[in-house]
Amino acid sequence: MKLVVIGNGMVGHKLLESLGAAENLQVTVLCEEPRPAYDRVHLSEFFSGKSADDLSLVEPGFFDNPRIDLRLGAQAASLDRSLKTVTTADGEVIAYDKLVLATGSYPFVPPIPGKDRDGCFVYRRIEDLEAMTACGAQSKVGVVVGGGLLGLECAKALRDMGLTTHVVEFAPRLMAVQVDEGGGRVLRRKIEDLGVSVHTEKNTVEIVDGEQCRHRMRFADGSELETDMIVFSAGIRPRDELARASDLGVGPRGGIVVDNRCRTLDPDIYAIGECALWDGRIFGLVAPGYEMARVVASDILSAVDATAGPAAEFLGADMSTKLKLMGVDVASIGDAHGRTEGSRAFIYTDERKQIYKKLVTSEDGKLLLGAVLVGDANEYGSLLQMALNHIELPESPEFLILPSSDGTVTTGLGVDALPASAQICSCNNVSKLQLCEAIGAGETTLGGLKKCTKAATTCGGCAPLVTQVLKAELKRLGHSVNNHLCEHFPYSRQELYHLIRVGGIRNFDELLAKHGSGLGCDICKPTAASIFASCWNEFVLTRDKAALQDSNDYYLANIQKNGSYSVVPRIAGGEITPDKLIVIGQVAKKYGLYTKITGGQRIDLFGAQVHQLPAIWGELVAAGFESGHAYGKAVRTVKSCVGSTWCRYGVQDSVGMALLVENRYKGLRAPHKIKFAVSGCTRECAEAQSKDVGVIATEKGWNLYVCGNGGMKPRHAELLASDLDDATLIRYIDRFLMFYIRTADRLQRTSVWRDNLEGGLDYLRQVIVDDSLGLGAELEAEMRHVVDTYECEWKKAINDPDTLKRFRTFVNSDADDSGVVFVEERGQIRPATDAEKQTRFKDIEIVAEAT
Amino acid sequence: MDGDRMDVAWHEVCGVDEIWPDTGICALIDGRQIAVFRLSASETPGEFFAIDNHDPMSGANVLSRGLIGNLGERLVVASPIYKHHYDLRTGECVEDPNVSIHTFGARVRDGRVWIGA
Ligand code: SRM
Ligand SMILES: Cc1cc2nc3c(=O)[nH]c(=O)nc-3n(C[C@H](O)[C@H](O)[C@H](O)COP(=O)(O)OP(=O)(O)OC[C@H]3O[C@@H](n4cnc5c(N)ncnc54)[C@H](O)[C@@H]3O)c2cc1C
Ligand code: SF4
Ligand code: FES
Repeated sequence: MKLVVIGNGMVGHKLLESLGAAENLQVTVLCEEPRPAYDRVHLSEFFSGKSADDLSLVEPGFFDNPRIDLRLGAQAASLDRSLKTVTTADGEVIAYDKLVLATGSYPFVPPIPGKDRDGCFVYRRIEDLEAMTACGAQSKVGVVVGGGLLGLECAKALRDMGLTTHVVEFAPRLMAVQVDEGGGRVLRRKIEDLGVSVHTEKNTVEIVDGEQCRHRMRFADGSELETDMIVFSAGIRPRDELARASDLGVGPRGGIVVDNRCRTLDPDIYAIGECALWDGRIFGLVAPGYEMARVVASDILSAVDATAGPAAEFLGADMSTKLKLMGVDVASIGDAHGRTEGSRAFIYTDERKQIYKKLVTSEDGKLLLGAVLVGDANEYGSLLQMALNHIELPESPEFLILPSSDGTVTTGLGVDALPASAQICSCNNVSKLQLCEAIGAGETTLGGLKKCTKAATTCGGCAPLVTQVLKAELKRLGHSVNNHLCEHFPYSRQELYHLIRVGGIRNFDELLAKHGSGLGCDICKPTAASIFASCWNEFVLTRDKAALQDSNDYYLANIQKNGSYSVVPRIAGGEITPDKLIVIGQVAKKYGLYTKITGGQRIDLFGAQVHQLPAIWGELVAAGFESGHAYGKAVRTVKSCVGSTWCRYGVQDSVGMALLVENRYKGLRAPHKIKFAVSGCTRECAEAQSKDVGVIATEKGWNLYVCGNGGMKPRHAELLASDLDDATLIRYIDRFLMFYIRTADRLQRTSVWRDNLEGGLDYLRQVIVDDSLGLGAELEAEMRHVVDTYECEWKKAINDPDTLKRFRTFVNSDADDSGVVFVEERGQIRPATDAEKQTRFKDIEIVAEAT
Repeated sequence: MDGDRMDVAWHEVCGVDEIWPDTGICALIDGRQIAVFRLSASETPGEFFAIDNHDPMSGANVLSRGLIGNLGERLVVASPIYKHHYDLRTGECVEDPNVSIHTFGARVRDGRVWIGA
C-alpha cells in the first residue's frame, strides 16, 4: 500500500512510529519544515540552550528505513481525490492509496493594521524562535498579545531574554479557557510579582511607529504601549487549506471533519492532530493528537497486516493540563468551570501565599468532575486520577485541597488506590499496568521506564506520578532500591554526606566503625575524603586523610600514562603577568617538562616524577603560584573573556568577576569537578553556557547559567536567574554549589545531577532563588566556612617535612623510575612508546632517561 | 607464602613509620621495583604486603601508589592508572584472572620492614 503523510510534526511523526516497520507499506512523508519532527511542546527550551537537535523527536536511524521516504522542505500544494494524487509546490505528483493529513495549525494573528511590521512574530517553529532571539538582542521591551497558556510561556521567554515584558489580553483574565475567575486573579498577581506587566481587556486597534521604542500599540480604550518586539499568541487555527480546496468537509470555524476512526468524508483520507475536527472540537494539545495517530495506525495496519488487531477508535480526550509558568504552578482538570448541571464547588484561597484551589464534584459529592489549582498544583496527579477513574471521593472532599495543621496537604490516596487500567501518562497513553509490567521486567529507574514505555517523555507532567508508581511497585515486589556507594557502606553518597556532617565525623576509621564494614576500597575512600573536605576543609594530606586519596590527590598532581605526573598552577581567569609566564617557562626548562596551553586557559607542565614535584612546586610557590587543583574533584578553572576593560562590546568587567569567583571557590571539593566561565557580553566568548556555572554580563548585571558541561555528553547550561548584582550572584552560586555538594552522587556532574532532581530546573530555582527549603542561610554559611579556611595545598605540603617525605619514588633509593623514558618530539619530551623503549639503544634519541 | 621459600634473600627497606598506615611505598631491590603496603585496620593491624610495583595492564610502575582495601574476602590494591585490582595475597588481577603479578614476603623486625625477594 502506498501511504502519503502530509506533515511531519509531532502527531504525524507519532503516526510513523506507531506504524512501526510494517511490511507491504511504502510511506512518503511530505515535511514542509526544513527539519523532521521536533518537540514543539518543549519549544521554549530552545531559549534556555536546547538546540534543534536536542528537540528532535526522531530516533537515530529512523528514516534509514527504505520503506519511508522523507522529503524535507516539501510542501503539499494540492490534492486530486479522483486520481488519488498529491502535488507538491515543486510540481511533483505523488500517488497514494491512503493519505493522512497531519498539517497541524498556524498561529492566529488578529487583523490589526501594522501586524506585519518588522519585529512582529509568532511562536510556533524553530525559525520563529531564531528570529525572536535575533530581535531580542536588540530590544528592551517585549509584548505578548494573548494571555493564554502559550502566551504566558512566551512571556517567560521574553523575560528570560532580559526584556521588560508585557502581556496584553483581550479577555478579562489570563488563561480564560482553563482557569476560573478566582484562579485567574491569583495567577495574575503571581505573574505580576515576577515582573511581567499584565494588561487585560485590551483590544489592540493599531500598531504604529513608536517614540522610545520601535512600535507603539494603540488600544480601543485609548491607552497606548510602546515596545520593540511583539509576539502574537492569540490562538491557533487548523491548517485545513488542502481539505477546503478539495471539498473535504471542514467545520464552520475551520478544522477537517473526522469520524471516530479519524477518517474524513473521503474514506481514503485521514486527518489527525491539530488540523482535525472531531465532534465539533479541535484539540490543541499533543496527547489527543497522539491518540489519533495511534487510531489511524491501527486502521492502516489492519488493512495491510492480517495479524494486526482490530482498528481502534478515537473517543475524545481529556484536556486537563498542568503547567509551570515562570515557576507558577497552574493546573486545570476536567470541568474546571463547574458547567455540569447540579455540580458543586469547593474553593480554598490563601491570599498571603497566593494559592487558589477549587474542586468541582457531582451533586452527591461522590465524584470529582473538575479542579483548578493555582500557586500549588501538587495534588494535580492524584486529583486527575480520581476524576479519570471515577474513584469515589472521601466523605469530606474539601480535605483534598485544605492544608492540614502542619501546612501540608494530604490527598490521602496513594498510587496504590489506582486501578491497573489507570492512565498515568496521557501524552503517551501509558497505563499503570504497563508501568508495573516494565518494572517487573527489570526496569528499576525512572530513566529506564521512560525509555521503555515512553511515559513522562512528552510534557513531563506525569513524571512525579510515574516515580510514585515505580517506588510503590518496587516496594511491592520486595526490591530494595540499591544506591549504596559500595560494599562497605549501605548508603548513597548523599546519605553518607549527611551522616558525616550531622555526626561531625572527621575521619575514615570513625566513619567505618559507625556506619560501614570491612576495610573500605577505592570507591568509598576518595568519596569520604571528598566529603570530609567539603564539610571540614582540613588539609587533605594529614596521616589519616592521605590514605584515602586517589593517586592524583595523594601527590597533588595528575598521573600520566607512564606513571609520571603533570603540574598545573592556578592561573585564575586565564590572566597572567609576563613575569609569571617567564617563571613557568624557566621551571619547565629546568626540569625538562613538556608544556602545553590547556583547554582551561592555563598551562600544564608534564613529565615530572614524584620526587621532583616538591622542588618544582617550591619554585612555583615562591613566585606566587598556587595549586590549580587539576588533580582533584574540585573547582577547576574560571574561564573568562577580556570583557569591558578592553573589548568594545563588553558591558561588565568579566575578568574581574572571574577572578572574584575563582579566588572564592578555589580548592572547593565536590562530587565531581566544577568548571566556570564569565563572559563580558552576550557574544559569550568565554563559552559560559558550556560550564557547570556560567555567568554572562548584561547591561544591568549578570545572568547566571547552571548545569552545563562539555566532555562526553555536552550540555548547555540553563538560565537560573537574570540581571543579578554582584552580591546576589555570589549568594546564588554559594547556594547552588553547596546544594550540589550535599545532594549529588559520586562522580555526578551538575547536569546529570540536575536531570535526576525531581522537578528539574524549576525546583532548583525554587531552592536557590526562592529559598523554598529555607536552606539558603545554612548553605551560605557552609560555603563561608570553606572559603575562610582555604589554604594552598602545595604551599602547605612543601612546608611540612612529614608530608614531603612521602614524595619519594623509592623509599630506599634516590634512583629514578627506569620505566619512565622520554623521546623528543617537536622540540619537547614525550613518553616513549613500548617499541621505542625496546629499541632505545638503536636510533632513537633518549632525552631524559633514568640515571 | 612466598616469603618462606628457602631461596629468598631478605632485604631491609625502611622503618615501619616511613609507611603511613593504609598506604604503600615502593622499594628498589636489585633493580626490581617492589610495592610494600601497610595495613592498619583492626582486622589487619600491622600487616605488611609486598607485590610487584609494575602494573601489567597499564605498563607503568605505579601499584605502590594505589588505594588499598577489600573486595569481599580479598585484600586488594587498585592501580591508579586504569583501576584494575590486584589481590595483595596472591597477586591475581581481579578483573582478569589470567593476569597475575609476583608477591613477596614482608616482615617486621625491630621496627624495620624487611622484604624477601
Ligand atoms: C590538560 C587538559 C587538556 C589540554 O591539554 O587542554 C585536560 C586533561 C585531562 N582531562 Fe580534561 N583536560 C582539560 C580540559 C578539559 C575540558 C575543557 C575545559 O575545561 O574548558 C573539558 C570539557 C569541559 C568539561 O569538563 O565540561 C574536559 C573534559 C574532561 C572529561 C569529561 C568530563 C565529562 O563530564 O564528560 C574528563 C574525564 C572525567 O573528568 O571524568 C577529563 C579528564 C581529564 C584528565 C584529568 C584525565 C586523567 O584523569 O588523566 C586529563 C589529565 C590532565 C592532566 O594530566 O593535567 N577531562 N577537559 C585540560 C586541562 C584544563 C585545565 O587547565 O585544568
Ligand atoms: C510553544 C508551544 C508550547 C506548547 N506546549 C504544549 C504543552 O505543554 N502541552 C501540549 O499538550 N501541547 C502543547 N503545545 C501544542 C502541541 O505542540 C501541538 O498540539 C502539537 O504539536 C500538534 O501536532 P501536529 O502534528 O498536529 O501539528 P504540528 O506539530 O504543527 O505539525 C504539523 C506539521 O505539518 C506541516 N505542514 C502543514 N501543512 C503542510 C503541507 N501542506 N505540506 C507539508 N507539510 C505541511 C507543518 O509545517 C508542521 O511541521 C504547544 C505548542 C507550542 C507552539
Ligand atoms: S564576550 Fe563580549 S566582552 Fe567578552 S570578548 Fe566577547 S564580545 Fe568582548
Ligand atoms: S502526561 Fe505528558 S509526558 Fe506523560
